This record gives sequence, C-alpha cells and structure tokens, in this order.
Amino acid sequence: MKIGGFGQNFSEEIKVRMLVFTLFIAVSFSFLILRLWYLQVIKSDELRLQAENNRMRVVPLKAYRGKIFDRNGREIISNRPSFNLSIIPEYIKDIDGILSLIASEVNVDTEKIKREIKNSSTPFQSIVIKKDISWDEVAFIEEHGLDLPGVFLEIEPMRNYLYGETGSHIFGYLGEITRTQLEDLKTLDYRLGDFIGQYGIEKRYESILKGKRGSKYVEVDAAGRELNVFKQIDPDFGYNLYLTIDIELQEEVEKLFEGKNGAVVAIDPKDGSILAMVSKPSFNPNMFAGGVSNTYWSNIITDEHKPLQNRAIQGQYPPGSVFKIVTAAAGLEEGVITPDTTIDCHGYFKLGKKNYRCWRKGGHGRMDLRNAIIQSCDVYFYTVGFRLGIDRLSRYAFGFGLGSPTDVDLEGEKTGLIPTEEWKESVKGEPWILGETVSASIGQGFDLVTPIQLANMLAAVGNGGTLYKPKIIWKVDTTDGKLINKTDSKIKGSLSVSQKTLDLIKDALHGVVSDQRGTGRASNIKGIEVAGKTGTAQVIRMAEIEEKNDEEIPYEFRDHAWFAAFAPYENPMIAVAVLVEHGGHGGSVAAPIAGKLIKNYIDRISNFKSQISNLK
Amino acid sequence: MNNKGILKYQIISNFDWVIFGLTIIISVVGIFTIYSTGGSGGEPSRIYIKQIYWILYGLMAMLLILFIDYHSLEKLAYILYFVIIVVLIMVAVSGKTVSGARRWLSFAQFTFQPSELAKIVIIITLARYFDDKKIRGFYKIRDLITPAIIVLIPAVLIAKQPDLGTAVVIFFIFISMSFLIGINIRSLFILAGSAIVSLPFLWHFMKDYQKSRILTLINPQADPLGSGYHIIQSKIAIGSGGYMGKGFMSGTQSQLNFLPEKHTDFIFSVFAEEMGFIGALVLIALYIILIIKGIDVVYHARDRSGSLIAGGVVSMLAFHMIFNIGMTTGMFPVVGIPLPLMSYGGSYLVTTFISIGLLLNIKMRRFVDMG
Repeated sequence: MKIGGFGQNFSEEIKVRMLVFTLFIAVSFSFLILRLWYLQVIKSDELRLQAENNRMRVVPLKAYRGKIFDRNGREIISNRPSFNLSIIPEYIKDIDGILSLIASEVNVDTEKIKREIKNSSTPFQSIVIKKDISWDEVAFIEEHGLDLPGVFLEIEPMRNYLYGETGSHIFGYLGEITRTQLEDLKTLDYRLGDFIGQYGIEKRYESILKGKRGSKYVEVDAAGRELNVFKQIDPDFGYNLYLTIDIELQEEVEKLFEGKNGAVVAIDPKDGSILAMVSKPSFNPNMFAGGVSNTYWSNIITDEHKPLQNRAIQGQYPPGSVFKIVTAAAGLEEGVITPDTTIDCHGYFKLGKKNYRCWRKGGHGRMDLRNAIIQSCDVYFYTVGFRLGIDRLSRYAFGFGLGSPTDVDLEGEKTGLIPTEEWKESVKGEPWILGETVSASIGQGFDLVTPIQLANMLAAVGNGGTLYKPKIIWKVDTTDGKLINKTDSKIKGSLSVSQKTLDLIKDALHGVVSDQRGTGRASNIKGIEVAGKTGTAQVIRMAEIEEKNDEEIPYEFRDHAWFAAFAPYENPMIAVAVLVEHGGHGGSVAAPIAGKLIKNYIDRISNFKSQISNLK
Repeated sequence: MNNKGILKYQIISNFDWVIFGLTIIISVVGIFTIYSTGGSGGEPSRIYIKQIYWILYGLMAMLLILFIDYHSLEKLAYILYFVIIVVLIMVAVSGKTVSGARRWLSFAQFTFQPSELAKIVIIITLARYFDDKKIRGFYKIRDLITPAIIVLIPAVLIAKQPDLGTAVVIFFIFISMSFLIGINIRSLFILAGSAIVSLPFLWHFMKDYQKSRILTLINPQADPLGSGYHIIQSKIAIGSGGYMGKGFMSGTQSQLNFLPEKHTDFIFSVFAEEMGFIGALVLIALYIILIIKGIDVVYHARDRSGSLIAGGVVSMLAFHMIFNIGMTTGMFPVVGIPLPLMSYGGSYLVTTFISIGLLLNIKMRRFVDMG
C-alpha cells in the first residue's frame, strides 16, 4: 500500500500557516504572562490588602459608659444589660414556624424580618429582630430555646437612669449619633449607630463618659461565618462622674413641684456646688436610651410647655421684687439712701403724669430700708432706683452676677438681660425713658434673669460676698476608684459692696421670713433661720386682670412666683431660687417650697453630723 | 511477520513520552490543586478522589484511541457526526438540568456532557471533509459554506443548552482548521469582517446574564456583588498570591470560599494564589511545551488528515488554555471554558485525554509508510 509523498507536500504547504498559528499562540501566551505579572507583581500589594479585607472582620465591642453618682456616692445613672433578640438566618430551616412561635409572645414585625433575611448577603451574620426585650420575653425565649434553633439573645449594655425623670435636665439623654455629628467627631472613633450624649451632662461630658470601644478581629468566610478570632482588644470603661447634686434633695424638690411648671436651683454658698436643679415639666431619659420612639419624641417637642427646656439655666424671667436686693445695695453703696432714710408710701410713685403703683393699694406708710425690704414696698425702691439712674443700678446688677452667664458646666445657658441706656439705644434704637428706670428698680420692665443667676446671687449675699462659678461636677474617677480630676471651686468675683451693707441686707432678708409682716413668712421653718426675698414677676400688665384673683386670670397671664433664699441666715449651707411659672404670688406659692427643701437638706445634714459625732 | 513486527516496533518507538509525561504531570498538579480547594475549613471534600478516577478513565480512553489508526476514525467521521447530533438532540429533549443548563445525559450512575465529545467529533469530521475535497489552491468563501454548516448544527445545539463556552471553542476550531487548510487572503478578510458585523446580532441573541458578563469585563466594579463578583474575587486571589504564593492549602480567597467555581473554571486562580507568579509561570511553561509538541505533531504528520486532526486538537487545547487563564485574570468575559487537565470535571477531562491520545496516535504513525 502506497500512500506516501502527500504528507511531505502538505508539510511544505502549511509551513507559513503553521508559523502564523504558532506566532498567534506565542503572542497570546505572552499577554497572559504579562497580565499575570501585572496582577501578581505590580498590583500584588493592593490585591493582597483586598484579600485581607475580605477575610478579616473587625467586630466592635461596645464600651461601658461611665456611671454617674451624686455627692454622697449614690448611683444615679448606670448601665443595665439589655437583651436583643437576634437570629442567624443560615441556621434556621423553618423560618415561618420560628417567627410565628416568637410572635406568639414577642411583638415583632414578621414581614419586615423576612425581608431583611432576604436582603442579607451574609447568611451567617446575625440580624437583630428586636432590641431590648422585656424580662418576660427573655424568659419565653430561654424557655423555648430548643424549639428555636438559630435564635439567640445578644446582650449589650443599656443606659439606665435609676431615678427616671428626676434630674433629667441635668443628666440629659443619649441618642443615636447623627450624620453631622459623625462628620464632626470623625477623629474620635464614632460609627453610625453609636449612641452618644445628646443633652445635659451626657452630652457635655461625652468624651469622659464614653470609654473606649474594643474590637475583635475575626476571620470570616464568604458566607460571613466566623471561623476564628485573631485577637481581641477589650473595651475600656468610661470614667465615672461624681456630681455635686444631692439626689435625695433633688427628688424632694421634684416631689414638691408636682403639677407645677418652673425651676429650682439650690447651691451650696460655701463653694458654689449645685445641690439640686429642677426644671418642670421634665422628660424620661430612659425613653431615649435605646433609641427614642417617634410618638414619645413628637409628644415632647410639640408640648407647649417645652419639657426639653432646662428652665433653671435657660428660662429667662423678670426677677420681680427679688431684684430689690440689688437696688438696696446700690442705693446704700452709692449713698442715695442710708439705712435710716425713710420714704412715705402712699400706694404710688408719681413720675410726670404717670403713677407707678405699689403692690399694696393703700400704701405702706413711712418705710425705712429694712421695713421696705421686709414688706417689699415698691414705692421705696421706685424712689431709690429713680435717684440712682438706670446705669448705676445696672452696674450693681451686673456685679451681682445678673445679665451674664454663670458659666455653669451645662449646655445652653442663657444670659438674661440687665438694661442700660446704651443697650436701649443700640438694640431698640430709642432713648432711655425715666419710667423704665422706675420699673427696673423693682425688677420689672426689661430685666430678665435665670433661676440659677438668682440662686447664685443669694449664695453670694449669704456667704459674705463671694460670687462663685456654680459647679456641678465634683470629681472624675476611674472604675476602680482612682481619682482622675477634682473640680476646684472657682470664684467669679465679689459683690463689691461693703460688709456693713451686706449685713444690713442679710438682716432685712431674715426679716422677710421671720418678721410678722414679712412677705416670705410662708418659708419659715422651725429651728432654721431662713433669709430670703419674694418676687412676683408680672407676665403682662393689664388693668383688668390686676384686680382679679389668680383663679380668674387665664393661666398664661398669671404672674410668675419667685422666692430666693439662703439658710441658715448666720452661716448659710444652702441658697435657693424657686420659680413657679404662672404661680401667682411669690410669698404664697414659691416660699413654702423653698422652706420645705431647705428643711429637708439641713435636717439631713445635721442628722448625718450628729450620727458622726455619736460614733466618735 | 517481520514486517508487521517492525511496524509495531516503530509505532511504539515513536510514542511521544514528553507529551504523555506532561499530561500526567499537569493532571497531578490538578489533583493537588483540587485537593487544596476542598481542604481546611469546610467539611472534607472527596472530589479530588473523583478526579483521580476520571484521570484513570481518561488514560484508558487514551490508550484505546492509540490502537485505532486515525484513518479508521476519519472513515467513520460522518457516522460519528450523525450519532453526536442525535445525542445532542437527546440532550435538548431529555437531558439532565443542572443549575439552569441542560447539558448532561445520564445512563446508569454516569452523567456525561456530550458537548465535550462533540468537539472531537467535529474535528474529525472537518478533517474528513477537507481531506475529501482536495481543492487545488486556496479555499474561497463559498467553499467554506458546507464545512460551516457542519459546524453550525452542533454549535447551535450546544449554545442552546446553554453552553456558550463550548460553542465559542467549536467556532474557534473551525476558524483554525480552515486557516490550516488554506483560505485565500480575501476570503479571510471577508470572514473576519462578517464576524465583526455579526457581533451586534450575536449581542441581540445573548441572554441578559451573558451580556452582563461582557459588560462586567469592562467595569467589574459596576456590580461587585453580582456579575462582577467572579472577576473581582479571581483577580484578588491571583494578585494576592504575589511572587511566591501563599502556600499549598493556604490561599485565603479559595479556602474561605470567596472564590466561586474554584475547583472548575477558576482552578487556575486557586493555583496562582497558592503558588504565586513563579508557580503560575511554571504551569504555563508546561502548557506551552505541550502546545509546542502538538504543533510539531501537526507539522510532521504523515499526511493531510493527520495534520488536520492534530491541528484541530492543538487549536482546541490552546484556546482552552488561553481563554481560561485570560478569563480568570479578567481579560475575557466569564464563559465556562475549563482549563485542560486542571479543572475538575469528568467529561472534559476524558475528552482532553482522548484528544491528546489522538496527537500521540498521529505522531506514532508518522513514519509508518517508510518501513
């Protein structure tokens, strides 16, 4: 059989084509090798990093926020374990059955959960289906553990305000970090979903309280299953804060204030420590701890009484007759009156064609300074203020700490307003009118103060003239009790009045409470010498309502009731300012509250002291 | 007797041990790589054992092919072609569907993809057709109409399964063999031109997922969790291997399942991740030697039919290698084209062994007539 010859011919024939074919394959392989070189040599570092990112997951470990204690070491705010109901979709076979079993006890949105499961790309990663479930629900889940494969409870710390609404304006609340905050706080390692202080001390001292997040580095596979832990950095506890607040006193005041709106500030005159600070109405910070519900939030922000406002530092009210303390001091210091200067009160002060009326219709008769303070005679102080002129009067008001912030370490303090001629020119664009001086001398007209300013002023009067910066943080501790920082008392200034003037005023303020005719008799307490001053701040001046009883006047037109005091009169331990919004007369409404809270505080302190001495 | 003895001796002495050796070496590398993909982490995987069995079946098929003179196969070409068309129609009608593709035929416990075997049948059929024709000079377009139809019928049946990868391979075999037999330059350009013109039509007939795979090639980040996922993860796997690789069974991308289809279409990514650039170069070198040896067979075949069959086999093998590695490195769209001797999968492995057996077969018989 002869076939031969043809093969050789064909070999010759395809020589060129085979060369082209070989070249084509050679070029193709060259491209592959270049490509591999590009990926494995040039881009290697970048792609290795991506491979690491693929398999490493950093699981954040929540830090324990620092606790907050009162001046006596009582725990006010702590953290409680909160149970989040979670599922790992991959471990669940019968999702409908399991969800319906859960739904029989726990209120969950099964449709929403099913949607979330469907959208989850990593079936081994847990999904929280309900946050912070109740104890009953926890018990139910635990009890049915065997019937609920893939369902488990995640524990995380939850802020716990042990006294509920008490002191809510001081302590504030937590809230989920907003996007703007996240941008601002980028350097401080916050993430979306974190809860941070959004109000009060929680906000102001966020950096001290927050602690440090820990992290767990885990290896995961493509399905999100955690395979092993590379390393774990435990979270750090936040620092504990000790406040100057006396939580028992705080509670007592809140109780006394039930059903009323207004504010109370109690200060220790010896160093400016705030003992209590109440603002009503208030809110419950526990409602915010796990994320505030829409209904609660909208209730709060639409409430016409504005429960989020801290009236103690943000409420600005005319001081009313409490301001007479300033007028008296200015008058004496400037020499427009002496302690013995007498003025006849006929029930009004005549300026030009206008009569400025005294609160007592028939007038007080002949008054000296002491009696004028005790009986709060308007005409006497109209006269003094008139003699002083607004600028001299206001200079003393500023000196007493009014018209400027006290610099208390809380957010959003308001300054109040003490008018001067210049102020009116520049702000209102009108010249000062003499009649406005008359109004200002009894704390009406333009004058506005905050409760904390008045409390601080009374503390200064009581302690002999030293004006402190009110302090609310006593000290900062670590969890194991190591002192980090202790707040020193800061002196803001002195009242710059002579000792004689101060003594005179203190004596008169004592008379306000102790004298038979004193306007603050209602604050009188057996065994404790209280000194104070009432005030009734007019909300609106209308002839038709002035004649009426309080009950007949619409709520929003009723006067604000003030009482500012310190006690014991000789060596004061506490200074307070009580404001009852639309409460009517200071003497009848605010003074009794002040009396009770002073008694509560001083009784407990002396009990404590006597127990100590008994021990010795 | 003597004559016959010498013939036998010559056939055996012409056995190409290099081609055979390379085939075995690459297959063993494949077994280890597949072993690695099923390694740590998940439950122990036994697929590498299955792969060993398939290699053994493949070796048997290869041995069988060696004893059949390729001329006899060529004579049977049209019968084989008819049978494979019937089988492909059977697949279309009653084939087994796995993850959306109807590609498998099962008898007893075996499942088989006839489309793989179809590639070899098409090679032999085309060789037979070109051999019969014996046109003087170069082929023109109209001379290619009949062979085009021969290729198109099975290609369409396979593309419908859908198995776009194999259809593309068949098309490439057709081009290569036509080129080998010799077409005039004008016809070559017309062919290339009409291929380009038909692209938009092809695009029109493609399924959405196929379109998205091509778009993904242009910008993988457009849909990193969807169609871009394969390419991105494969590039990460290969690139993160660096020069030296992460070591056997230490590739995080494959061990932690970030790499999809890791033991089949993306086996090269696994290898490159664990063995690095150096390892990948060595593997590619093995493939290149195999192809060079194949080209040698084409060139030195005893006759036209030998050259044509060997040419078809070599172009098929080369195309699989180039396209698969190009795909895993993100140069080509993701179409399921496995890597010869490495990718897990019985039908393709056995087909590869048979095709290499054909090369050996042709080479062994190159000097037969000289005796």
